[in-house]
Amino acid sequence: MRSLIDIQELSTAEIDELLKIAQDIINNPAKYSEMCKGKKLATLFFEPSTRTRLSFEAAMYELGGNVLSVSSAESSSAAKGESVADTAKTISNYADIIAMRHPKEGAPLVASMNATIPVINAGDGGHNHPTQTLADLCTIYCEKGRLDNMTVGLCGDLKFGRTVHSLIAAMARYENVKFVLISPVELKVPSYVKKDILKQKNIEYVQTTELEEVMPELDVLYMTRVQKERFFNEEDYLRLKDSYILTPEKLKNAKPDLSILHPLPRVNEIAVAIDDDPRACYFKQVYYGKIMRMSLILKALEVL
Amino acid sequence: MHIDSIKNGIVIDHITAGRGMELYHLLGLDKLDCSIAIIKNVHSNKMGKKDIIKIDGEVVLDMKILGYVDPGVTVDIIKDGNLVEKKRISLPSEIKNVIFCKNPRCITSTEQELPHVFRLTDVENRVFRCIYCETKAD
Repeated sequence: MRSLIDIQELSTAEIDELLKIAQDIINNPAKYSEMCKGKKLATLFFEPSTRTRLSFEAAMYELGGNVLSVSSAESSSAAKGESVADTAKTISNYADIIAMRHPKEGAPLVASMNATIPVINAGDGGHNHPTQTLADLCTIYCEKGRLDNMTVGLCGDLKFGRTVHSLIAAMARYENVKFVLISPVELKVPSYVKKDILKQKNIEYVQTTELEEVMPELDVLYMTRVQKERFFNEEDYLRLKDSYILTPEKLKNAKPDLSILHPLPRVNEIAVAIDDDPRACYFKQVYYGKIMRMSLILKALEVL
Repeated sequence: MHIDSIKNGIVIDHITAGRGMELYHLLGLDKLDCSIAIIKNVHSNKMGKKDIIKIDGEVVLDMKILGYVDPGVTVDIIKDGNLVEKKRISLPSEIKNVIFCKNPRCITSTEQELPHVFRLTDVENRVFRCIYCETKAD
């Protein structure tokens, strides 16, 4: 398999295959425990992201492989001015696969154009983060048993949240998925996402500012953080911030089988009291993220 | 106004009026030694007004630049005073180092040696996007 830079590069059949492998890993972990024996993953993280890096590294260890790690730009040759292209060419001699996070948009693409080994984009600035979307899909698939015929609510910052746009694009491939877009007016889904994905594919969607009103319709609720710095004035932020905090009270009219997701880190947008609710899936999402990264590494290394 | 016809060379015709100079620079014609005429605001039955560039010399033009700047142009190849080929230009699927990405978060903003490549993503609306950060070209 080739590198993975953008989730849109994967066909629906390829996503379905990755999900199938992920399910098999969950059911038969021992079968996979030595599949990457002798293989090395280089995690090149040029900006801090403990969770994603550890997820990749745990995934490789659980496949029996090894890990070489660069966890900040300061400790790498990038600090000496080495280009991404040269780094990719060099690391190709040490490892079998690269997972790269970089603050600059497009850096993993440049790496993939120069490396002789597969490169997985582990986040490039605010641009792409395909393995987060794969983790989201795997969570929905494993929790609901399907990716079609459902109503997905996305709540919070829908303007700047890259995970939201990628998830909409990925879920829009499946039959009869309806979207409910819940956000302050200032943080609505950008018009190009609506035009290029939802309207073009004739997908039903509703935009609202009220979370509680639409709660009874939702099968999945994907929460994101509303960040203070996104608002033009503090008054608007103070007026709106609590509307997008999920509390047990707001869940009163929710379906009993609702799945609540969040890309994490959470700050205060989901009350801690919800953590014990069986509908809370955000920590399971972290687990599914690791499993999906295992699935992706197996396909990228052509072990399967 | 009289401009001599050319013997061996190229005529870029049907240039949108006002774009002649832009093409002259983007095609690197300012670096050539041969005679070049830029004729502006020529009457055209079809276009009303148009620009024309006549190059008196056998040069290789970057058709992708032509296609990006002005896909309606035609390129006439002249040999021994006769028109031997008329090329119609279409929108290129990709252009390299013709326009430059202005997104400060793009990898091209820090890695100067990278080529600035834009890909055609929407034919109908002539949208080109940077291959690295997907920023839309102006």
